[in-house]
Amino acid sequence: MSDGPFTTTQLPAQSPPVDPAETGAAGKPAATPGSAGRLSWWHGDGGEGARRNLALIGVLVVLFVIGAATRSDLYSNPDWVWANMLSILKLASVVGVVTVGMTFVIIGGGIDLSVGAIVALAGVWCTTIATQSFGAGGMIFTAIVVGMGVGLVNGALIAYGRLVPFIATLAMLVAARGLAAEISDKQTQISQNNTINGIATTNLLGIPLLVYILAAVVAAGWVLLNRTTFGRRTVAVGGNPEAARLAGIDVRRHTLLLYVLSGLCCGIAAIMLTAQATSAQAAMANLYELDAIAAVIIGGTLLSGGRGTIIGSLLGVIIFATITNLFAINGLSTEAQNMVKGGIIVAAVLIQQIQFGSLSQFFRRNRLTTS
Amino acid sequence: MSEQPESAPLVEAPADAVAGEVVLRLTDVVKTFPGVRALDGVQLEVRAGEVHCLLGQNGAGKSTLIKVLAGVHRPDSGLVEWRGEQVTFANPQAAMRAGIATIYQELDLVEDLSVAENAFLGHEPRGFGFIRRGQMARHTRQILGRLGHAEIPPNRMVRALPAAGKQVVSMARALSHEARLIIMDEPSAVLAHDEVENLFRIIRELTAQGIAVIYISHRLEEIREIGDRVTVLKDGRTTAANLSARDTPTRDLVSRMTGRTIEYVFPDRADDSEVGEELLQVEGLTRAGEFADVSLTVRAGEIVGIAGLVGSGRSELMETIYGARRAESGTVRMAGRALRPGSVGAAVKAGLGMAPEERKSQALLLGEPIYRNVTLATFGRYARFGFTDTAREQAEADRVAESLEMRPRDVRRAVRTLSGGNQQKVVVGRWLLGDTKLLLLDEPTRGVDVGARAELYQVIRQLAAEGVGVLLVSSEVPEVLGLADRVLVMREGRVVRAAPAAELDEDTVLDLVMAGSLEVTA
Repeated sequence: MSDGPFTTTQLPAQSPPVDPAETGAAGKPAATPGSAGRLSWWHGDGGEGARRNLALIGVLVVLFVIGAATRSDLYSNPDWVWANMLSILKLASVVGVVTVGMTFVIIGGGIDLSVGAIVALAGVWCTTIATQSFGAGGMIFTAIVVGMGVGLVNGALIAYGRLVPFIATLAMLVAARGLAAEISDKQTQISQNNTINGIATTNLLGIPLLVYILAAVVAAGWVLLNRTTFGRRTVAVGGNPEAARLAGIDVRRHTLLLYVLSGLCCGIAAIMLTAQATSAQAAMANLYELDAIAAVIIGGTLLSGGRGTIIGSLLGVIIFATITNLFAINGLSTEAQNMVKGGIIVAAVLIQQIQFGSLSQFFRRNRLTTS
Repeated sequence: MSEQPESAPLVEAPADAVAGEVVLRLTDVVKTFPGVRALDGVQLEVRAGEVHCLLGQNGAGKSTLIKVLAGVHRPDSGLVEWRGEQVTFANPQAAMRAGIATIYQELDLVEDLSVAENAFLGHEPRGFGFIRRGQMARHTRQILGRLGHAEIPPNRMVRALPAAGKQVVSMARALSHEARLIIMDEPSAVLAHDEVENLFRIIRELTAQGIAVIYISHRLEEIREIGDRVTVLKDGRTTAANLSARDTPTRDLVSRMTGRTIEYVFPDRADDSEVGEELLQVEGLTRAGEFADVSLTVRAGEIVGIAGLVGSGRSELMETIYGARRAESGTVRMAGRALRPGSVGAAVKAGLGMAPEERKSQALLLGEPIYRNVTLATFGRYARFGFTDTAREQAEADRVAESLEMRPRDVRRAVRTLSGGNQQKVVVGRWLLGDTKLLLLDEPTRGVDVGARAELYQVIRQLAAEGVGVLLVSSEVPEVLGLADRVLVMREGRVVRAAPAAELDEDTVLDLVMAGSLEVTA
């Protein structure tokens, strides 16, 4: 199956034919000197991504130092520092889950402006009296199905209706919030389900359950992007859709699936957010799309698609949460906070443009040699 | 390949036809890009009021020459004299100000601005910081009148104009700059037949006003009709200057274009290479405006070449066979089974593979490693339960890299860092994995240096010897003749000739490709 009809005669004798039955051993490229073939979890996204992620960790360290310098009284207590780190992660958890889905969509060459609205719709739908009567399982099921369903509509409009992702998801942003307001009758719906509400308050081994959920979604997203055919297709579709299509990849179907995945993440986030608030309303998760996109950008994912990392996006979310936390512990206003966040987004994009500029120069040079 | 004399002397035709003074003179102009000597000693002399035609095959250096004149590129050495003075244009604006206007094949108009705004783009008449719209419209109307197109309203959006109208706007822009020389790069390529007549009428009006025109076209019959003198380029050099456009025999023109210094090294045909059963059967394939009623077959182990110019429908045909475009009528069968139209996935499953024309934009993920590009069509086969097997992919890609002598051999390097030839090997190598039975190669050696070409030819032959069918498209006639067993000549969307390669020679094919209406003296 794997060997073409001509490869056996075509390929040099010294290279051992790979037996599909024992790929584990034979698959190691004996012929490539120094090719470890093994990428560490850290380098899974490629060396450049890893370097950038180190820079983001550097930013986090700087923020930590600023915190320690401005509130040395608090930071002198290790227990407080630990608790504060957990609260930062808890703060990052809901947007973090949304950001994982957003990362896939953006690497795949699209954008999803409707994520906040999907979270709201899923949250509202799973807290209706009718849904709550089915218990926690029914609520979780509803939130996830609603999220994926909206994602499916987004994907279908973009992949098969050929709408521009920006337009399609902008329309969905408006429509989904409208539907959420309709369903909730503009009221705040209280979650009476203690299992659901417990998600936000449960700790395991001293760490909030929400943080575990974030970790699980990030881990799953990392594996999906770096270790599966789905991830490979995502990079191909976003990096060069024409090349992907001509290599036999079903670009449209894959595009559709990317938005379904984003919707799934929104469904999970809806449960988490509902649990935190013990309620849901049409205005919840306001501007989450901007937080998620900003985190993805800071994380080093190209807005034009084809390259990006899950870890980078996670670090982006954590950086934002840390800034919020930093302002909170110093008792500063959210207005100043937002200004700093805006500055960080601009700085990240500028860095990206400088890198991309040198890249496009390279292309231009190359094109001349071929003309 | 060709027996043309190496150093054909420059033919200086008596300058009887044109009496105008020399406005542009190029002497020994050289322009190199990394790895390519695009212009290698170009001579050119253009007189006021003449239509000077540039003739040459793809890659002869016409585009580079235009860009030098338009101020896009600066020559490395050589002399450019414009109206008696030596000049180097720092940028396109400088060339424009000096009175040289270029009308590119892809017209550089802003679709959502009006005709007048396009004509005066960048030098709008102003007063107190405002554009004088009335004056601009008046000037535009005047210029359009000079071009014989007073019927085009200056305030019409360019988007709403047909291709011919847009071309007129481009010329209006040139005239708004008081251009003394207008360079037209294949202006007729976008026009229907009757519109070409109109274009010629405009060109005659321009030359009557003393404006010089450099006219580039692949169509000899047009050159005969509109041209005064012809300069022929080949491999970046002027091989003939100032030939009479009307009287020079076609054979002379063609042989000056083809007598080549680049040697094509083709591997010997294997004598015992028996062609197998019919693999690909195409019947009556049609897409309106691209190609019509094309039928062809490719047998296992056979190389079928398609010769034709850009725009002859050859690339569109390949993409339609491959399912990347949907045929309007006709069928594509692979080993007797009809392929689902418009589905690349179905074509790949049936054993087709394609190396498309535009390597970078259609085939490669430039930032991704070599191995991921090689396995782009097959990574799913190496995966288990949806999990990719990177080690296996690297091993497979490495075997491909070894058999194709890819350099560098490290398959984890980004494809971006490879030379054109090695990038092409990545694209071809992609289809060595998996069950490819028929390979579609669209311009496989474009932008590939001579050494890597020979290697690619070897690979293609080798594949055929191992039973793969190959359908090959190339603008370079010697390549098609040297590589293919059978040759189809395409012109304007139709197959005009099909014959074994042994029965055709370069001049015959070029004649068929370019004109057909001209005397075929072979």
